[in-house]
Amino acid sequence: MANKVYSDAASALDGLLFDGMTIVSGGFGLCGIPENSIAAIRAAGTKNLTVVSNNAGVDGFGLGLLLETRQVKKMISSYVGENKEFERQYLSGELELEFAPQGTLAERMRAGGAGIPGFYTRTGVGTLVAEGKEHKVFDGETYIMERGIVGDLAIVKAWKADRFGNLVFRKTARNFNPMAATAGKVTVAEVEEIVADGALDPDLIHTPSVFVQRVFVGTFEKRIEQRTVRKREAA
Amino acid sequence: MAWTRDEMAQRAARELKDGFYVNLGIGMPTLVANHAGDLDITLQSENGMLGMGPFPWEGEEDADLINAGKQTVTELPRTAYFSSADSFAMIRGGHMDLSILGAMEVAENGDLANWMVPGKMVKGMGGAMDLVAGTPRIVVMMEHSDKAGNPKFIPACTLPLTGRNVVDVIITDIAVFERADRKGAPFRLVETAPGVSAEDVKARTTAAFVV
Repeated sequence: MANKVYSDAASALDGLLFDGMTIVSGGFGLCGIPENSIAAIRAAGTKNLTVVSNNAGVDGFGLGLLLETRQVKKMISSYVGENKEFERQYLSGELELEFAPQGTLAERMRAGGAGIPGFYTRTGVGTLVAEGKEHKVFDGETYIMERGIVGDLAIVKAWKADRFGNLVFRKTARNFNPMAATAGKVTVAEVEEIVADGALDPDLIHTPSVFVQRVFVGTFEKRIEQRTVRKREAA
Repeated sequence: MAWTRDEMAQRAARELKDGFYVNLGIGMPTLVANHAGDLDITLQSENGMLGMGPFPWEGEEDADLINAGKQTVTELPRTAYFSSADSFAMIRGGHMDLSILGAMEVAENGDLANWMVPGKMVKGMGGAMDLVAGTPRIVVMMEHSDKAGNPKFIPACTLPLTGRNVVDVIITDIAVFERADRKGAPFRLVETAPGVSAEDVKARTTAAFVV
């Protein structure tokens, strides 16, 4: 079997990046984002990117790093409200933005990865999202057609992998990562740990290895966007 | 006298029923969780969690465990985690019982606008369009008037829509409106805050409703 394990993000992405490419990314907010691959894409300087990701990071972290360096031409996202630089570039016309409802975006990745070029959904009917899209009535209800997404590259973050590329995610850091992993012509996974053969329970693998071509162990800051806690009673 | 945000949340909690699976929107709707009382409610967070617990104790925050508002939360014995596609299969597929959302505008025909102010606020709809398209019962919590004093329950929405004909109950700081169905039934004024009369509500509302 070909080796899938790489030493770091730069070597895992070597030969995969080109100007004008489409990159599908996992993550929700700053949770479960492929922070190592994002940093490596910034360092590589790849330009005119179309990035498909639920969010656009924040100023100075996550995908915000690629916005700072103007490497992103277009974002396809459901929510970009946490990023001032994004807003500035968008309102000044430097950045294209395609809003996709969150569930529609998840399904577009899932469909693309599953070989389904389009599907019908009720989400967005009668709104700006429906403009220019095919409408079809099923059982008396109107639906719009949405397109599946396949990227040139998918970058995902998982908790554990094995050397075959099987992935396990942790808690809500799973989010868009399993769909993104299916939606890349090539998928690069960064993980916290690569475990020994057989250490992952085959019944509990979230992303089977066939979807993952390259894997590496990253270092993670795991920044928390909104730290909300309960105060302990003073002793 | 107008209801406080907490009193509005208390009122909204009366829309909950035992055993419900519920999605609470970001902001005021999250307060509803504090008023569920003895009801057995399972909260869904659309980033991929069913059975959302309270905020963690200080020092026990986990960056891998957040809610849709990106706030750190905790898990419960019933908790399940899943992907975004599964999460929206629950939502779009009509498996949730109820969603409580905030609003900028609600129209008298049940249209909802809560995601965009052209030229001003460009944040995105997140999961709101999916929630209103798939959830059988939608409760809106909002101030009766905006900051400039203009009514928010109006004849027709002026802002880009989140969904057409999707709102079933509106809870404001002075009144509660409800409609019997989404097939043309008008909104009915069913409650007012203490000291607020139906006439007061009419004077502060441009949408048509029945009393």
